[in-house]
Formats: sequence, structure tokens, C-alpha cells
Amino acid sequence: MTVRTYAEFQANNETPEILFWVGCAGSFDARAQKVTKAFVEILNHVGTKFAILGKEEGCTGDPARRAGNEFLFQMMAYNNIQLMNMYGVQKIVTTCPHCFNTLKNEYPELGGNYEVISHAVYLQQLINEGKLKTKDGGEFKGKKITYHDSCYLGRANNIYEAPREVLQTLDAELVEMKRCKTNGLCCGAGGAQMFKEDEPGSIRINMERTKDVLETGATVVASNCPFCLTMLNDGVKNNEKEDEIQVLDIAEIVARNL
Amino acid sequence: MIIQQIAFIIISAIAIFLFSKKVMEIRRNILLGKDEDLTDQPKQRWQNVMMNALGQKKMFSNPLVAVLHLFVYVGFIIINIEIVEIILDGITGHHRLFAPLLGGFYDFLIGCFEILALLVLVACVIFAIRRNVTKVNRLNRGELLEAQPRNDANLILVFEIVLMSLFLIMNAVDINLQVLHAEHYTQTSPFWISQFIAPIFSGLGEGSLMGIERASWWMHIIGIFLFMNYLPYSKHLHVILAFPNAFYARLDAKGKIANMPEIQNEVLYMMQPELAPTGTDANAVMKFGAKDVFDLSWKNLMDAYSCTECGRCSAACPANITDKKLSPRKIMMATRDRLEEVGKNININKEFKDDSKTLLHDYITVEELRACTTCNACVQECPVSISPLDIIMQLRRNLVMEESNAPQEWNGMFSNIENNMAPWKFSPDDRDAWTNN
Repeated sequence: MTVRTYAEFQANNETPEILFWVGCAGSFDARAQKVTKAFVEILNHVGTKFAILGKEEGCTGDPARRAGNEFLFQMMAYNNIQLMNMYGVQKIVTTCPHCFNTLKNEYPELGGNYEVISHAVYLQQLINEGKLKTKDGGEFKGKKITYHDSCYLGRANNIYEAPREVLQTLDAELVEMKRCKTNGLCCGAGGAQMFKEDEPGSIRINMERTKDVLETGATVVASNCPFCLTMLNDGVKNNEKEDEIQVLDIAEIVARNL
Repeated sequence: MIIQQIAFIIISAIAIFLFSKKVMEIRRNILLGKDEDLTDQPKQRWQNVMMNALGQKKMFSNPLVAVLHLFVYVGFIIINIEIVEIILDGITGHHRLFAPLLGGFYDFLIGCFEILALLVLVACVIFAIRRNVTKVNRLNRGELLEAQPRNDANLILVFEIVLMSLFLIMNAVDINLQVLHAEHYTQTSPFWISQFIAPIFSGLGEGSLMGIERASWWMHIIGIFLFMNYLPYSKHLHVILAFPNAFYARLDAKGKIANMPEIQNEVLYMMQPELAPTGTDANAVMKFGAKDVFDLSWKNLMDAYSCTECGRCSAACPANITDKKLSPRKIMMATRDRLEEVGKNININKEFKDDSKTLLHDYITVEELRACTTCNACVQECPVSISPLDIIMQLRRNLVMEESNAPQEWNGMFSNIENNMAPWKFSPDDRDAWTNN
């Protein structure tokens, strides 16, 4: 896999088109790593000159800030912004909507001004520009796919259509869950919930969301967020439906249809 | 007649005085919050007022309820035009002052008011049924099972039903008096709705009719004054505050959490000590996040007074749906309750005297705050532009930064981020390990 870091680009006096912000989940979580690799495969396929920050990348601070630890958030933000400003980063694409939201909405006030794009929107742009063509009659042709809106692309940033447009190129049957778009139900991981148990209640939030998935009869759940991916995967497994339903990131879905 | 006029003027004056006093008190309470400038992009803000407050855009996700609500709302505003005449009649001792001036147009106006009154009445009856008989879930859940919010909601409905009934009865009796050519009762063409109620009273003599007419008139206007004075104590205050609340709503992307410049600077001075200020400011005691209503912004406090307890927020909240303790509606009601309590404290003591209570812990518990996923469903749903999330975040900040009160797993996550630059325990050296396989 050809992946170069910003430092390597700079050493060769080169500038990448985009910074691919991998994020902690995309870097370390075994499941999310597959999404990272799928996205890299797409970037290489279309010939985008991209760099990662590699070992220099750090958590954006999203979970710290949302748990209430503003000091830690500010420290992470300071380090990341110093680094990216030093490299002269202009444009960032990321596969994590939490990173996306923080980089796009919260860093500018702290001195980090970049064009930040979610991978869902980037994929849609590549398709619209004709740079990315998914093959006809691929793996997903005729399959029922349902799309789960992550809170941080959806309500937080009003991105509802781009990921759906990407999925529509697959010749699949796109079905909506009863709670979708602005009414989409959270997977239960946001606000640093990913890192702790649910508070006491009658059911876990991801199980509640999985009910919506099962109701659609879809065999593929398309997600755009590493946390949603984990939560929905667990939900499908707990319902013993992992043989019938695949939970995939849209990058994986597109990569399989190259 | 002159006695009626004097009584009317005195009653109006008292009603308006008491109302203004309470309004000023609410204004004072809201301004106990921290200053926050929310006046940028005026064009967008006015647009929000037009769409969300005047146009009630969010209501229309359920068109049936939206239309019924619209009847009550339009009725509430337009029938107020008729109140102008009622008040002028009351002061001057006239009856239907505008009828001779407007002629046929007067009959048209009253006809329209009557149709609206009927629609308001029908809508309120349906609302009462939804709330008490068919028991719509969000209106019969959690904090709404308490007596105060239940009684408040039903009292508002009863008020509106009674007021509209009195308005129609008044006109129906008036028609009978006109038929009898009673002195003082201006001739009009039959009113559109009340003409169908009029036959009920047709057997009565002039004296009884005038008695009923006067009684309805007085009960109607006194009812309006009572309702006006009940408004600031009730969830019904949203009819006024929905407008400024829409104007001052935050315009940033919903995902953006408010920055804390004081901490941003602390971190900056730690990283670049040469920038740190010297002198007294450097040692100022800082307080992080919100523990009580004084620490919230004035907009958070206005949000609390604007809440109409409809529960659309909680019905969409993933934590509430799965029966966690958190209910965004309760966050708003608790904030208002605490603020009212602080207000009473100030009324009695001239300034706030410590009552050893705080919004955090005494009104809102740690378990509620920890259940939030910051998904913004509550903010998205609110028809009157409230952000419960903003309050939740500020209370969480206080918990973590002032009390070091975080679940064990979060403390682990914090130390992982601090030491490994990731929320999990992996070496930062392995961050790019995925490129190797």
C-alpha cells in the first residue's frame, strides 16, 4: 500500500493535494482500519496525491471536549493545529465524522483554518467529476441497502444527501429506516459514550437502533462513522443476524465496486 | 354605567401593573446569566424568526397537530384585535364602538373572529383529549407525570375553552337583544357562528338577556386579564418568548460546541510561556463550566422560560427513548424551576443569599448528564429554538473540571489521550502500523 506522510512529501519538496486525516479509530481499531485501507485504495485508484500525518497525528480532542475535559481538548487542538500549520495544510479529508466536525467547526476559532471534507462528500465529488466510476452490476446490485445517518454528519453538519447519492450509483435498492435524516437515531456512541457503558436504562441505544435496521429488511447497512460501525455491528451480532446483515462503511462499499 | 367604567379601568390597571411587574422580574432573572453576544448575521436571525417563530416550521413535521396549533395561535393573535374594542368599550361605556364606524366590514370581522374562536375551541378540546384521554406518549411521560406541569397544561386549555365559549355566548345573547331592539345594543347582521347558538337564549326576557350578556362580557375580559397574569408563571409564556428565542438562537453548525477562551489561553500560556500575561490577572480565580444558573448564559436562561414542555426533544432523545434518566425537557424545566427559586430568593433578600443549593446535583443529577450522546436530536426537534445540549455540556464541564467527577472509563480515556494521543491504550508509534499490512 502506498501511503506517504506529510513529512515525506515535504522532504521531497512536494505538496500533496489533500491531507487524509485517519483518526484514532481508523488508525488503531481493527474494524475501522479496514475502512481506512478501503479509502486509501480509492484514493490510489483515482490517483489523488494524498498524505497522512502518520505518527504525528493526535486525537482531535472530540471525546475529551464532549466528556467535559476542555483542558485536554485544548491541548490536543493546540498540538494538531501547530503541526498542520507548520506543514501548511490546506485541505483535509477524513473518514471520521467526529474528527470532521472538530476540524471543520471547532479548530478555526483556535487558529486552524482548513478546508475540511468528509469522505462521504469527497466520494460524491469524485463521482460527480467523473473521476470515480463504480462498476455496473457489482456486488451490491439489487441488494437492499439502508443508510444510517451519523449524528455528526447529519444533524451536526446537515450532510444527508451526499452519502445517499454515492450509494445510489450502486444499482442497489436504497431503503430508509423509519428514523432517518434529521430524525435519525443516534447509534449511542457520541458524546464520549463510546468509551463508557450506557447509563442504566431498559435497552442499549445501539440495540434500539438495530431494531430500525432489522425492520427495513436490508442486508447491508451503510455507515460513515467508525463508532456507528462498531455500535451497529454489535447490535446486529446481538440479534444473531451477522450472517445475514453486513455493516459496512460507504468507503468499503465503494472500494468493493471499483 | 359609570360605575362599570370605573371598575373596568381599575381592574385593567391592576392587571397590567401585575403583569408588567412579573415580566420585569423574568427579565431580571434572565439577565442573571452570563453575557453572550448573539446579534451577528441579523438577516439570518430575522429569517429564523419568520420561519421558526412566526411560521412554526418545526411544528409541521406532524401536519395535523401543526394545523390545530396554528388555529389556536392565529386565533390567539387575531382575536386580540377584538380585545381592543372590548377594552375601549369598557373604558368609554360604549357597546360595540367600532360597529357604526366600520359598517358591513365590522360584521365581516366579527364573523372571522367567531370562526377562529370556534376553531380554537375545537383545537383545544382535541388537545385536551390527546393529553388526557388518548394519552400521547410525550405528554404523559417522566417529568410530565408530576402535578404542576399537568395542571398547568390543562389549566391553559380550560382557560382558552372558557374564554372562547364566553365570547360566543356573549355574541349569541347580543343577537337576541338586537332582535328585541334593546336600547344600547347596536344593530348588526347576524354573526356567523353565534347565530346558531342564539336560539338557546331566545325565550328569555330583555332583563335576563342583558344580565347574561353583561356577565359574559365581564367574565370574558376578567378571564383575559387573569390569563395574561398567569402567562409568566406558565409554560404558555412561549407565545411571547418563542420570538426572541428564535432571533437569538445560535447560528453555528449544531456540532460545534462553544469554545472556552479562558482555557484556550491557559493552554497557550503553558505551551508558550512568553505570551503569558504578568500581574494580577494571572492569578484570578477561574471557574469552569456551570454549576448554577448564574454560570449559564442569558440565552440558556431565556431558553428555560421559553420551553413549552411539549417533549419533542425527549421523544427524540436516544437516552430517553431507551429509558435512561436523561430527559432534555426535564433539563429545561429544572433550569426554570431553579431560576424561579433564585428569583424569589432575590425578591425576599434584595440580593441572592446562598441557599446551599445548585442547579447541578440538586436539580439535575450526574446520571442524567452522563447519558447524553450529544446527538443534537433535542436541538433539532425544538420548535422554539432551545438548546438543552448547551446546558448539558456546561454542567458536564463543571463536573469534570471542577469536581473531577467522571466515570472511571472516562478517566482512562483522558489519560490515554494525554499519554498516547488516542483514547485507547496504543502506542503512538503504532498509529501508522496499518500501512504495513
